[in-house]
Amino acid sequence: MFFGASLSWNDILFMLSGAVTTIAITLASVAIGTSLGVLFGLARAGSPWWISWPIGGILDIFRSIPLLIQLVLFNSFNSMFRLHWPTYLVACLCLGIYAAAFCTEIVRSGVTAVPTTTRRAARSLGLTWFQEVVSITLPMATRIVFPSWIGLALGVMKDTALVLWIGIVELLRSSQIVTTRVQEPLLVLSIAGLIYFLMSFPIARLGAQLEKRWRIQ
Amino acid sequence: MIEIDNVHKHFGTLHVLKGVSLNVKKGEVLSMIGGSGSGKSTMLMCINGLEGIQKGSISVDGIDVHAKATDLNKLRRRIGIVFQQWNAFPHLTVLENVMLAPRKVLGKSKQEAEAIAVQQLGHVGLGEKLRAFPSRLSGGQQQRMAIARALAMSPDYMLFDEVTSALDPQLVGEVLDTLRMLSKEGMTMIVVTHEMRFAREVSDRVAFFCQGQIHELGTPEQIFDSPQKPETADFLRSVL
Ligand SMILES: Nc1ncnc2c1ncn2[C@@H]1O[C@H](COP(=O)(O)OP(=O)(O)OP(=O)(O)O)[C@@H](O)[C@H]1O
Ligand SMILES: [Mg+2]
Repeated sequence: MFFGASLSWNDILFMLSGAVTTIAITLASVAIGTSLGVLFGLARAGSPWWISWPIGGILDIFRSIPLLIQLVLFNSFNSMFRLHWPTYLVACLCLGIYAAAFCTEIVRSGVTAVPTTTRRAARSLGLTWFQEVVSITLPMATRIVFPSWIGLALGVMKDTALVLWIGIVELLRSSQIVTTRVQEPLLVLSIAGLIYFLMSFPIARLGAQLEKRWRIQ
Repeated sequence: MIEIDNVHKHFGTLHVLKGVSLNVKKGEVLSMIGGSGSGKSTMLMCINGLEGIQKGSISVDGIDVHAKATDLNKLRRRIGIVFQQWNAFPHLTVLENVMLAPRKVLGKSKQEAEAIAVQQLGHVGLGEKLRAFPSRLSGGQQQRMAIARALAMSPDYMLFDEVTSALDPQLVGEVLDTLRMLSKEGMTMIVVTHEMRFAREVSDRVAFFCQGQIHELGTPEQIFDSPQKPETADFLRSVL
């Protein structure tokens, strides 16, 4: 027995396993969100309006409806239409698409910030559109929007707390369970907060490190 | 040989090139002069297919640039172009800037590409700056890097679009020296420039652009000493 009367190591371990779930959902959602975001962002930045606008319009819907509503609706569709998708998949897809909606605008703003003349210079050397995007536009855009992207990733991590509403036991839910058992809400929530901080801190540090390295260039 | 035949180019409703015809032979240095907005830059962009045309034709060594079947990425290997803005790739070192296209486009190995880049950068006097990032270079150095980057593809033709216009006056000389060197080596070049003395010195022929047409074409002596058209004379008076 440590900390107060009844909080045990097992409770802490239980919360840590919730934290692992939080990390897993965060990684999957950020990966989905970033891949889709890069695709849609490039399309938004470089396509005629009849491609760009519909993409923007649909993503606006995902950006403006609260994530909780999307999660609950998506989860209900899942059972209504008997898709039998695992709840984790529903959570990752929902968060992933939500992240993609924000990431698309981040990528679009980064891509449009790369000077057209620089892109033309690359094409004039004989690079194909794809080679140019991979070697010039995306690296340049990444350096421009990286702080926003770090912000998005940290935001997604905190938003994972909402998936407890569809029955997933992540860090916040595991803390609630522990709280109802040991009746020490302040202590347990402080520990949960600390774990969230310890998970975010490396991401923020990594971001700062990369930014510093890029500034030298 | 670059053969430009009756080329018309529109940007929307703006008629920018109105029937330009011109041949540039192997080994020739042709300067394009003319007022702002007369279509010189647009002409260069059309030659390597960065801009499309609406009428006429442009062919490079017999290949029709604007034909549907033409592989532009392949054609562009043979036509280097350097712009007024230096267009360095800021996230790559000087060496990597020059190595990029030989590696990606020509499929050279890292060693081969590096050897080419080192040689070309030495050629333009940047042998000491290989590992620097472009942001650490002066404008003149960045512009010479852009020239080396184009030369690394061993192009048959080089197009220069006002490559000294964005430079501080004291840096213009070093870039013009690089162009002089290329012309002495027999490179076929089209040089859009506002540096009239330079145009006179290096060019075999000078084309005067006015309102989307070549108004007058001739040797530097003809154009600068005895222009036949009043517009040419007016333009020269305004810039000299
Ligand atoms: N991408 C574009 N879209 C629309 N109009 C354009 C575009 N590029 C050039 N123009 C217009 O075409 C005309 C010719 O431009 P161009 O840049 O070829 O002139 P220029 O002779 O190079 O002039 P300068 O000496 O100022 O560089 C100008 O009126 C310009 O505004
Ligand atoms: Mg111009």
